[in-house]
Amino acid sequence: MLRLEAVHAYYGRAHILAGIDLAVERGEAVVLLGRNGAGKTTTLKAAMGLVPVATGRVVFLGADIAGRAAHEIARIGIGYVPEDRRIFAGLTVMENLAVGRQPPRRDAPTWTVERLFGLFPNLAAMRDRPGGRMSGGEQQMLSIARTLMGNPRLVLLDEPVEGLAPAIVEEMARTVLALKREGLTVLLSEQNLAFARLVADRAYVIEKGQLRFSGTMAALMADAAARTRYLSI
Amino acid sequence: MEFVAVQFLNGLASASSLFLVASGLSIIFGVTRIVNFAHGSFYMLGAYMAWTLATRLSAGPLGFWGAIIGAALAVGVLGAALEVTILRRIYRAPEMFQLLATFGVVLVVEDLALLIWGPADLLGPRAPGLRGAVDIFGQRFPEYELLLIAIGPLVLVLLWLLFYRTRWGTLVRAATEDREMAAALGVDQRRLFTAVFFLGSVLAGLGGALQLPRETINLNMGFATVVEAFVVVVVGGLGSVPGAYLAAFLIAELHAFGILVFPKITLVLIFLVMAVVLIVRPHGLLGRPFVGLPASVVSPAAVLRPSSPAARWVGAIGFVALLAAPFALGDYALTVATEIAILVLFAASLHFIMGPGGMVSFGHAAYFGLGAYAAALVASRLAAPMVAGLFVAPVVAGLAGAAFGWFSGRLSGVYLAMLTLAFAQICWSVAFQWAELTGGDNGILGVWPPAWAAPAAAYYYLAVALSLSAVLLLRRAIRAPFGYALRAGRDAPLRAEAIGIDVAATRRIAFAVAAGSAGLAGGLFAFFKGSVFPTYLSIPRSVDGLLMVLLGGVNSVSGPVIGAIVYTGLGEQLVRFTDYWRLAMGVAIIALVLAFPEGIAGFAARLADRRRGAPAEDAR
Amino acid sequence: MSVLAVRDLAKSFGGVQALAGVSFEVAAGKMQAMIGPNGAGKTTCFNLLDGQLRLDAGRVYLAGTDITGLPTRRIWRLGVGRTFQIAGVFASMTVAENVQTVLLSHRRRLAAFWPRVADLYRDEALDLLAQVGMAEQAERSCGVLAYGDVKRVELAMALAHSPRLLLMDEPTAGMAPGERMALMSLVAGLARAREMAVLFTEHDMDAVFAHADRILVLDRGRLIADGSPAEVRTDARVRAVYLGSDAVAEAG
Ligand SMILES: Nc1ncnc2c1ncn2[C@@H]1O[C@H](COP(=O)(O)OP(=O)(O)OP(=O)(O)O)[C@@H](O)[C@H]1O
Ligand SMILES: Nc1ncnc2c1ncn2[C@@H]1O[C@H](COP(=O)(O)OP(=O)(O)OP(=O)(O)O)[C@@H](O)[C@H]1O
Ligand SMILES: [Mg+2]
Ligand SMILES: [Mg+2]
Repeated sequence: MLRLEAVHAYYGRAHILAGIDLAVERGEAVVLLGRNGAGKTTTLKAAMGLVPVATGRVVFLGADIAGRAAHEIARIGIGYVPEDRRIFAGLTVMENLAVGRQPPRRDAPTWTVERLFGLFPNLAAMRDRPGGRMSGGEQQMLSIARTLMGNPRLVLLDEPVEGLAPAIVEEMARTVLALKREGLTVLLSEQNLAFARLVADRAYVIEKGQLRFSGTMAALMADAAARTRYLSI
Repeated sequence: MEFVAVQFLNGLASASSLFLVASGLSIIFGVTRIVNFAHGSFYMLGAYMAWTLATRLSAGPLGFWGAIIGAALAVGVLGAALEVTILRRIYRAPEMFQLLATFGVVLVVEDLALLIWGPADLLGPRAPGLRGAVDIFGQRFPEYELLLIAIGPLVLVLLWLLFYRTRWGTLVRAATEDREMAAALGVDQRRLFTAVFFLGSVLAGLGGALQLPRETINLNMGFATVVEAFVVVVVGGLGSVPGAYLAAFLIAELHAFGILVFPKITLVLIFLVMAVVLIVRPHGLLGRPFVGLPASVVSPAAVLRPSSPAARWVGAIGFVALLAAPFALGDYALTVATEIAILVLFAASLHFIMGPGGMVSFGHAAYFGLGAYAAALVASRLAAPMVAGLFVAPVVAGLAGAAFGWFSGRLSGVYLAMLTLAFAQICWSVAFQWAELTGGDNGILGVWPPAWAAPAAAYYYLAVALSLSAVLLLRRAIRAPFGYALRAGRDAPLRAEAIGIDVAATRRIAFAVAAGSAGLAGGLFAFFKGSVFPTYLSIPRSVDGLLMVLLGGVNSVSGPVIGAIVYTGLGEQLVRFTDYWRLAMGVAIIALVLAFPEGIAGFAARLADRRRGAPAEDAR
Repeated sequence: MSVLAVRDLAKSFGGVQALAGVSFEVAAGKMQAMIGPNGAGKTTCFNLLDGQLRLDAGRVYLAGTDITGLPTRRIWRLGVGRTFQIAGVFASMTVAENVQTVLLSHRRRLAAFWPRVADLYRDEALDLLAQVGMAEQAERSCGVLAYGDVKRVELAMALAHSPRLLLMDEPTAGMAPGERMALMSLVAGLARAREMAVLFTEHDMDAVFAHADRILVLDRGRLIADGSPAEVRTDARVRAVYLGSDAVAEAG
């Protein structure tokens, strides 16, 4: 569904991604692991068109989307949840959700506000609260819900459970699994190996902008050496 | 009593006009964060275009109203074109920078209008079917004004519905806060911004076109209106459309009655009101503080690096050139050089609060002018020597800056900028109206330096010595702990308080220092020109300062120096070679803006970085 | 004597009662965790303690002195350091300069107009950065750091004035598991060595149970538990509102 081929990206002249190749198949959940500053966020942003791809291809549903504007990428069905939440602070919960809304797609699960409130009951209680007046965790939930409103085919989740309470993390794991069952494809970046292990089928480990490991989640869990080396666990 | 009622209605009609312009300005600023100086020019163009259309089209109602609507739409298209061709290219530049481009547009439009419509005032036709008047409390009141009174609230309701009850409005408000995130959610922010510019400009054009039966149309109507519209936007509270109406009402009624009650201070009445409102309510009447958003309008700058060897060489060569100038330049060129030397200090002092402080000032000329007046008064009234004048100038201006800083404690961003403007206008009107002391419009004449400093070269060296030392001291302060405290307060005010920095006090001190430096420049200027006029503290001079800083680059310590040299030099040359110097200057500014979106010094620094191969990292 | 004592703290935002009658103490040299569901009031509590928000009711004592209602900067001078949940650093300065600025403030030298910051307290700043593992990045601009690195810089800044009480709001958010543990061990070591009291929030239960000497649990603005890690872990109410079935915690 999504394929990155030899993607290079820079900030100014700092070389951040040095040839990333990865693929996500339909209905899969794939996790991108790596230490701080490894380039996980940059990889997701490059796929989303938020960081320019210097060389290489980003192929989504057969078309090269590298170089396209972010809003076009969003409209062909890629959803993005940023690590720093980026809630519209002056808009209410309902309005934040409205911004994310896109028409339903045949090949992706369809979301409504009520369905999302079922998923995140906290939000249901604060429909008219401005986003700036919510706790960090509440904002995280809203950020995910807002992206789902676009009925994406593929979601890019950047550390989705960071700052969420354990009970909610569990809830999220169940949600992601449920989303997968409905045919949604997920690419997430994580440091929380426990969560990754619950939801992901395959993993890539990235270090200094290069891939160091790729394989099934089970293979990674079995490979203690790789885990210590790249993830310092 | 009857008179009061009619005067009140007059006020209401003006409020509607003002509201139309101000709401357009508010929408554009709210969404794009662009301080659009060209908004007043659009207002003026609306009036001129309506005049042309109305005099060409049939005389009936269809012709008249067709002209009004047609003019408004045409101005809307111009606004959209401005966004697409110029502003869109510089959204990523430091905020406030776009102001430069819009100012270039102001200059261009002014001269083009002069070319097309000529310098004479134009009188438009009256509205067919609304030529009469109705009886109100026994007084005749024009029907057309009644229509205007109705239009204001109508537009208010429509705008409110548009922004708070439609999806488009929600998207616009989202893009206002975070363009990138909105784009990642599928919002095409480019189209949105163009549409917003169109809408805002239509409102400006409509406001201008509707003046057709009311006033004569002239080339000055734009500038007066844009300043007033800014006052309305800020007094009402940024982003609050009802607030803008309330403020327009307040200000229009003040005009209507102020003339009767306080004829002497009508010029500043609205600025006094704005100052009071802002001091009592730092976010305007109905504005709310942005939750979770920095109120500052200057984006965090790049890190200060030690100056490169290349820059040192340029500095050294420049210094030698400064010393050698009197031997190489003729008298005229030397006076221009002296003026530039003085204005460099003026620009550097403004940069001190704008760059590291993140506090934009629309009224920095106040301190320049206060310094000039202080020096001139000491010299002419007390017959004190020039040295005393040059000593008093920065002290008086610095004290004024400290006083201002005390009042402005809680303000930031555009609110602060507008309070500085109010303060400058108040100072200006004092200089203008306290004729016994200041000579009013005639100014103070005969403020000449003593014999030893009278030759052009001698005064040149004096100006360069004082200005250069002051600029170097400011530069040093930016790299000293104080500069870091100031930047800390700009980058993250909460964090700064949480490491023991008294952000408000730091800003007050910065204001006083900047004001004192500007005052010294003003004092030097007074003895340089031999006279002092109220224009020294007027808005155009403040705007000059702003343009110099932005042109040079806010994020660079050498920016204001370069900006002042380029801007003054350019202006000086263009005036000499063409009658349409505004047009030429405007085009030059726009070209510079497009070529150097980080300011000229910012661009030079980037070049130097590249040559050195230093890691060039950009803050987003 | 406890370094921090809090009595009946209360705060509401409009209709939302974010904190209602919370009392607790933190002892010198101890690591005390404050956990609770999202929106329980943890960050609000920190904001009240360091003076960023005005409290509706209650008292705050620092080593016996009443500091209720003092402005943030005074509280900082009295020895309270803080890191933020949504990290705040000075984006236009380098990593080292961020720490140097704190050191300058601590020594009350920020009003100086002459000396160059580049030469002031640089070694001390680099020492602090080395402790949190950021020494190699000292010359980078803080505006371009990865999120986890920003949090480390913040910690170095919070430690710079040797606080008596350190408040950390989700200090390890955005870090890899191994690094979380290392960072928490570092703080725990400092707490013991300097007799510094630490109050921290965290949603990573591994970090909490491995390093907290005592745990407070907040739920909807009320304290529902206050005890040793073992007591809290087995508390039925805490499991119900916060910990969940432990599938995640145990999977790690
Ligand atoms: N705007 C920027 N300009 C320059 N460099 C940047 C910028 N943003 C990030 N970087 C650098 O790019 C590298 C990769 O960052 P990225 O955010 O992709 O890491 P990450 O793997 O997501 O880390 P984390 O787990 O901390 O979020 C880091 O070294 C970071 O400092
Ligand atoms: N400025 C505010 N105005 C209104 N409500 C607020 C404001 N700040 C916080 N709240 C509300 O107060 C409650 C407590 O928020 P707080 O940020 O303290 O939670 P928290 O425990 O830190 O949660 P998290 O773990 O998600 O960070 C939340 O319900 C939040 O929505
Ligand atoms: Mg990241
Ligand atoms: Mg919190």
